[in-house]
Formats: sequence, structure tokens, C-alpha cells
Amino acid sequence: MIWSKEETLSRKEIEALQLSRLQETVKRVYEKVAPYRAKMDAAGVRPEDIKCLADLAKLPFVTKQDMRDNYPFGLFAVPKDDLVRIHASSGTTGKPTVVGYTENDLKMWTECVSRIACMGGATKKDVAQICFGYGMFTGALGLHYGLENIGAAIVPSSTGNSEKQIMYMKDFETTLLVATPSYALRLAEVARELGVDPKKDLKVKIGLVGSEMLTDAMRAEMHKCWGDEMLITSNYGMSELMGPGVSGECEYMDGMHINEDYFIPEIIDPVTGEVLPEGEKGELVITCIKKEGLPLIRYRTKDITRLTYAPCKCGRTFCRMENLSGRSDDMLKIRGVNVFPSQIEEVILGFDELGPHYEIVVERDGYLDKLTVRVELAHSTDSFAELERLAADVKGRLKTMLGVDAKVKLESPNTLQRFEGKAKRVKDLRSK
Amino acid sequence: MFAKQLSVFIENRQGRLGEVLNVLKDNGVNILSLSLADTTEYGLLRLIVSDPESGKERLAEAGFSSILSDVLIIEIPHTAGSLQGLLKSIETAGVNVEYMYGLSIEAERAYVVLKASDLQAAATAIEAYGVKTVTREQLSSM
Ligand SMILES: [Zn+2]
Repeated sequence: MIWSKEETLSRKEIEALQLSRLQETVKRVYEKVAPYRAKMDAAGVRPEDIKCLADLAKLPFVTKQDMRDNYPFGLFAVPKDDLVRIHASSGTTGKPTVVGYTENDLKMWTECVSRIACMGGATKKDVAQICFGYGMFTGALGLHYGLENIGAAIVPSSTGNSEKQIMYMKDFETTLLVATPSYALRLAEVARELGVDPKKDLKVKIGLVGSEMLTDAMRAEMHKCWGDEMLITSNYGMSELMGPGVSGECEYMDGMHINEDYFIPEIIDPVTGEVLPEGEKGELVITCIKKEGLPLIRYRTKDITRLTYAPCKCGRTFCRMENLSGRSDDMLKIRGVNVFPSQIEEVILGFDELGPHYEIVVERDGYLDKLTVRVELAHSTDSFAELERLAADVKGRLKTMLGVDAKVKLESPNTLQRFEGKAKRVKDLRSK
Repeated sequence: MFAKQLSVFIENRQGRLGEVLNVLKDNGVNILSLSLADTTEYGLLRLIVSDPESGKERLAEAGFSSILSDVLIIEIPHTAGSLQGLLKSIETAGVNVEYMYGLSIEAERAYVVLKASDLQAAATAIEAYGVKTVTREQLSSM
């Protein structure tokens, strides 16, 4: 089922709607948000210069740093009186980024999430357990209002206390699970420890996962735990833009449909800032065209993906963004080619003979960049031929995936460094 | 009929081989034979030891991963061409010899450690050829 008629507008209608909303938003922020006006003046661009959608590229970018510099409300386009909700993302470094919503913003948010939940198979019959942390984080409340709007029964169980989560799931006959992919796996593990088989003893048939990258390997792992019939779709968003609901996968799971009547996506080269053609991989930049409280223009998400405007089997006309393949912060430039650690991870996870831990070393050899990938064997072997074949296979697949040659170093199990917090797997030894 | 071989993967880093040998020595695991196959990056150390299970456990405690696999230990008669004849008999049986290395337990006799694609078929061929294999029980009593 398709939630709203907007989702099937023709390309022409979408573009007309986008242009008028973009022009209105640019004009409004130019008038009302001093830091925007300063940025636009510095770039020599005025609201009336936006005559077509391609003119979007004339506008300056906004980054997380801009939000910090204008903490807390400096980028807001409405007086504080008009706000009805304030969220913040916990900044691990520096000030948090603060976002605010007007009543219309909340309505739009609910609409966006309703569409995404509907794409993922949610109906009013569902019992939806939301295992995202409630609080300043936008994830839980975003899904909460969207699913409630559809008519599902919400179980706002939040995160933690996994044993109780399983009890609710069993006793309330939960059919829909909202969680990060890794927490969904953890919950299945806890269920089994309690003697509950998620496939037989629970009724969860829909998974709406987000706030973490969902790789094919991760989705396959989730199916193993929760059963093959479970429909697992990923959705995307970030609090700066609204929260969850910017985009989501339909049942064909071939990229996430972006709510284009509210957001204009662009893909740029993260180094040069140049807009890239359709289909090329780069950093996602999003412009909010219908928000009142905090309408960010050309916000650099730092997320790496690509776009397609090809028609989707589901009938929706909104363009799709591929499931994320990394963060531009992590991007490495090797012999002129953009390489993401996540691509290397994907190759490594594809080999049963290798453990999941790895280290990436980049060095400069004369004028050439040299990439070395250190991987751990999952178990020892007595066959030398097997080792040589394995090293050659890994090298071959890395070359196909990355487009550059990498040296593969096999290591004994348990020799590479382990991390408790955020893993630091890249050693860039090139002098900048 | 088969004997157990202990194989350890080691990176070619200064001192890694020595560390493995130390672990075995410190735990009283006696090395009867050793072969090292290596590239510039890594090596595979294959060992025939007095107590392979204990060797594997002690190595695991020290952070080395190893595996045990079946091999044949064959007594080679002291006559010219005996090894060649032996290999030919295995080949004729359609079995592929993967690797082989020498082992010396007693002064007068020579042995080889042999790994083949089909160990059972290789053992049958060897028996038919008329040479003896050494079982792990015999090995530990030598
Ligand atoms: Zn679709």
C-alpha cells in the first residue's frame, strides 16, 4: 500500500513542487536567518537567483559545524514561541546540535514516517515495539508518531532491559520491531538464552531498522535469527534534517525512497564539493524545502551513497538512495580513487575463512599510495595452498570492489587490536 | 594407522617462530619433526610432537591458533629407490601427495611424514607396497 498520493507524482510535478518550495524556503531564510544571509552574501547569491532546480548548486553548504557555531537557536527561522518541540543530538565532541519543530513540522514528520512505515509493511493491525532510546534522540519519537498515525499499537519499550523486551514481545504478540540492526540481533540472542525461539515463539514479521548502516550481510544475519519471512527494511534520517523519515526502503528493498516533496537530495564529491551526476557515489547533501523551524539548506550529511531516478516496481516515483556505504569522514583517497573502509569490511565479512577484525594501512611509497589490508584468519589450517588461494581471492575481490590494488596480509587469529568503543581500523601513515 | 600433525600459522615477523618453539619447550612438548613452508608474509609450521593435543592447548593459551590433522608416518627401507617406489605406488592408486617431510626417531631407520588427498587410500597403497606406517601409539612409545 502507498500511504500518500504525493509518492506517485510524475517527475515533472515533483520538480515543479520542489522548485516553488525551494524558492520560498530560500527567500524565507535569507530574510530571517542572519548566518544564512551572511553566507549567501559572501557567495554572491540572492534568493531571486534561484530560477531552476540546478541553481541549488549556487547556494553555500551548511555543516554540523555551522549548527555548533550558532548554538542553540541561531539557525532557526521562527521565533521560539512557535516551537512546540526541541530535540538535541548528543555531541561526542563539543556542543550538541539542537533542532526545533513547529506544529507543522511535527505534522510533516509524522506524515514522512507514516509513509516509510507503510513502505515497510506496517498496518493498523500491527503491534509495534519501539526499541530505540526515547529522550533527546529523535529516532524513537519519530517512529512512534508515524506508526501511531497509521493506527498501529505502540509499545514504547525503549532500549535496555532486553529480557523484559522479550517478555513484552511474547505476551503482547508484537508483530513489528523498531531497532538498530545490531540491537535486533542482540534481542534474538537474548530470546534464545531465555529459551524463546524468535522464529517459532514470537510473532515479529516486520523489522524497521535504522540509525545504523544496514549491509546485505547484516540483513542476512537478521533473517537467520528472526526467520526468512520477516520483512526487514531500512530507513534513513538524521535529527538535523528532521529525524527518521527522510527516506526508507519499500518491499523491493532496492534503495530507500526519499520524500522528495519535503527534501531535495544531491550527491557531491566530498573533497571538491562538486555536484556529481546520477548514479555516482559521493556525499549526500539534503535541502529541507518545507520545514519551518529549522530549514537547513544544502546540509552535508557526511553519508556516502548514490541516487537513482529509475522507476521502482512498487509504483512510487520518488528517487531512491542506495543503503549507505560509509561516512565521508572515513573516506581515503588512494591513487586518486575514493576508498571507504566499509567497502573493505564488506569484502572481509564475505569470507568465512576470515575473522571480522581488520586493519587498513596506507603508506606512501615514493609517489605512490600503498594500501595494505591486514586480516585475521578465523582458524588455522594445515594447507599452504589454501592460504595462498585465500590471500589471492581476498586481493581479487578487493580489487573488484575498490578499483585499486591492495596488499593482503594474513594474520593469526586474535592478533589485531580489539576496540570497545568506536573502532579505529585505519592507519594513514602518509604525511599530508 | 594415522598420526597427528600440529600445524601453526605464523606471520613472518622477527621472533614468531621462536615464540612457538618456546611455548612447546616450556610445557614439555617434545618436537620430533618440523617443517616450515613460507612466503615473505607468513609461514605454516608443521610439527610432529610428543603430545599434539596438549601442544594445541598450550599454544592456544599463548595466543597461537593451530589445528590437528591426520598424516601418515611411513618407515622408509634403507634401499636405493625405496622412496621413489613408494610414491609411485601411491600415485598409481590415484592419490595426490600434498606434502612430505623427513622424520628421524631412531638412528638406523628413516621415516617420512606424508599428507595426501586421500589418506586412507594412500595407506592402503603403502601397505600393499610392503612398507610400514607408524601409529601415534607406536610413536609415543618410541
Ligand atoms: Zn519502491
